[in-house]
Amino acid sequence: MMLRSKLAKISLATITVLGLGSTTLSADTLSEVQKQGFVKCGVDGGLPGFSEVGGDGVYKGIDVDLCRAVAAAVLGDAKKVKYVALNAKERLTALQSGEIDMLSRNTTWTQTRDTTLGLNFMVVNYYDGQGFMVTKKLGVKSAKELDGASICLQTGTTTELNVADYFRSNKMKYKLVSYDTNDQVVKAYESGRCDVLTSDQSQLYGLRIKLAKPDESVVLPEVISKEPLGPVVRQGDDKWFDIVKWSFYAMLTAEESGVTSANVDAMLKSDNPDIKRLLGVEGQMGENLGLKKDFAYNIVKQVGNYGESFDKTVGAGSPLKIARGYNALWNQGGLQYAPPFR
Amino acid sequence: MAIYNKINERKAPSNTKGPTVWIRENLFSTPLNVALTILGIMVLFWVIPPFVKWAYINANFAGTTREDCTSGGACWVFIRMKIDMFMYGFYPSELRWRINTVYGLFFVLMAAFKYLKSPLLKVALAHVYFIVGFLLVHGGFFGIEMVPTDKWGGLMLTIMVAAVGIVCAFPIGVLLALGRASHLPIIKSISVTYIEFIRGVPLITILFMSSIILPLFFPEGVTFDKLLRALIGIAMFEAAYIAENIRGGLQSIPKGQFEAADAIGLSYWQKMFLVILPQALKVAIPNLLSVAISLFQDTTLVLIIGLFDLLAMVRLSAADSYWLGYETEGYVFVTFIFWFFCYSMSTFSQKLEKRFNTNLR
Repeated sequence: MMLRSKLAKISLATITVLGLGSTTLSADTLSEVQKQGFVKCGVDGGLPGFSEVGGDGVYKGIDVDLCRAVAAAVLGDAKKVKYVALNAKERLTALQSGEIDMLSRNTTWTQTRDTTLGLNFMVVNYYDGQGFMVTKKLGVKSAKELDGASICLQTGTTTELNVADYFRSNKMKYKLVSYDTNDQVVKAYESGRCDVLTSDQSQLYGLRIKLAKPDESVVLPEVISKEPLGPVVRQGDDKWFDIVKWSFYAMLTAEESGVTSANVDAMLKSDNPDIKRLLGVEGQMGENLGLKKDFAYNIVKQVGNYGESFDKTVGAGSPLKIARGYNALWNQGGLQYAPPFR
Repeated sequence: MAIYNKINERKAPSNTKGPTVWIRENLFSTPLNVALTILGIMVLFWVIPPFVKWAYINANFAGTTREDCTSGGACWVFIRMKIDMFMYGFYPSELRWRINTVYGLFFVLMAAFKYLKSPLLKVALAHVYFIVGFLLVHGGFFGIEMVPTDKWGGLMLTIMVAAVGIVCAFPIGVLLALGRASHLPIIKSISVTYIEFIRGVPLITILFMSSIILPLFFPEGVTFDKLLRALIGIAMFEAAYIAENIRGGLQSIPKGQFEAADAIGLSYWQKMFLVILPQALKVAIPNLLSVAISLFQDTTLVLIIGLFDLLAMVRLSAADSYWLGYETEGYVFVTFIFWFFCYSMSTFSQKLEKRFNTNLR
């Protein structure tokens, strides 16, 4: 009894300390970042197309580009990022404890994460979802035609549940062939042990490259689950929250109005009021965020607009060759939509 | 007259020596052994030729791009192109000579150890080596450019974590072992609690503690270096294991040694450092080296707290979208490196054992 009450006291004290630890964190990330001279950005580091390390030891990827955009916006130099490679378990703690200023590590935006962890999501830089890959030989054009298929997948993920739901709601039969790691899944699929390979779409493209003959497989257009991936910041620092959010929107807006890293200098002289406001020729957009006038100019000049970033890292210009799909701009049939710069 | 029957000379028995006998006695002595031998040969036959074919005959060595890997075998081009990452991580390429210098100095140190007699001098020299090594690798002093620890990685990090882990854990381990053998109740209970607690949790837990839980306790603005946190965790962990190995050594020392030391009026520390520990450590050496070997392998666990040791670097490089699909080559390469280091250490340990095997056994 004594011991138990002692333990209770100790754990209470621990919780108090933990609670204090997470609430007393600085609420002014912006001035801290300016003081330290770089943005501490949490990334994965080992996710093809999203955050990977290139041949020269330089981080690249669509998640990395967001870190670079924020650095360009805040410090005027996209290179002033300190990347902290984090795994799925420690990523949120690293943000809570202040080890990083922002997290850009293909983190799915869910209600629980947004509300209970003292963290905030604000934009979706990649709309992901579970998809299917089949061999071209099958002649399947849509996931609806997969009745009776055997499906390879990785165990222990929500993938399995999604497949079950999807096939049941479409009244189709299926057979699961599950493996421990993605590499085993690929080998099984390749050796013909199953007709279909399922995983998050962004992963499917990476896995496809690992096949001996990537061209003989095709990723079906259907997405059967919602995996909105986006950056995360700490709760309680609205200024920093706005900066990260509008750094991303600046990339979207630049694409929408046709501003690219190549033509951004010429665009400074544009008559289009939207572009003028975006690039800081007119208006107070930068000042409103507590940044310099030309924050969006720096982003576009050094990182590029969203379309450029997408193409270079995961899209047509990369080995992954992921189609824009849901990640196209809203006026091109996708979901990417930025509020106006006004 | 005795009649002698001449016994015809016989050939010397041919089947008591030689390879055929060895084979017959060791591989085909019983039906079970025959079966096992055949099974073994089949497994070897099944594994080795495809591996040689993959790793050597069909392999690609030349070239610099993915397109050079066409023959279907291993693509060693991947290793060649990424070797700098595997060896040095993100360490700036123009500063890598500093790491190489530290490697070089290690051999100088070893040579010096061979000729130096005084153990005190050896210890002092080893300290100097570690300090110089740290200054060189880390920089930031005397006008040498600083390389922050998040740039460290690859084999260099693996070696460093293992070396620092062992070197820092050793003195703590000795003290803990002495504490456990002590007659003072408080010191003894602290040591026992510490050792049993640490040995009761896996290394991965301690690493998680040090990298994830600990930062939450620090006051605002205080952030410890991640590598330093991991190193402290590893040193704490290894200290408990080293303590137990040394305790084993201490227990093997006959009681007479303690009593003799007391009888000639040595103080506690004199007794321990001049009489007991030199003998105890000698006994503990094989176990201590096996701790070192297992620590070298355990360093791969730092992967989970986001430090990029050799194995993590391979994983990272294989995720480069340009080089996707070459994990196998990377892992085979890592296997070879780890085998090389662990085998060297175990050979070294056998040599030490022979050298010190003087009086006790």
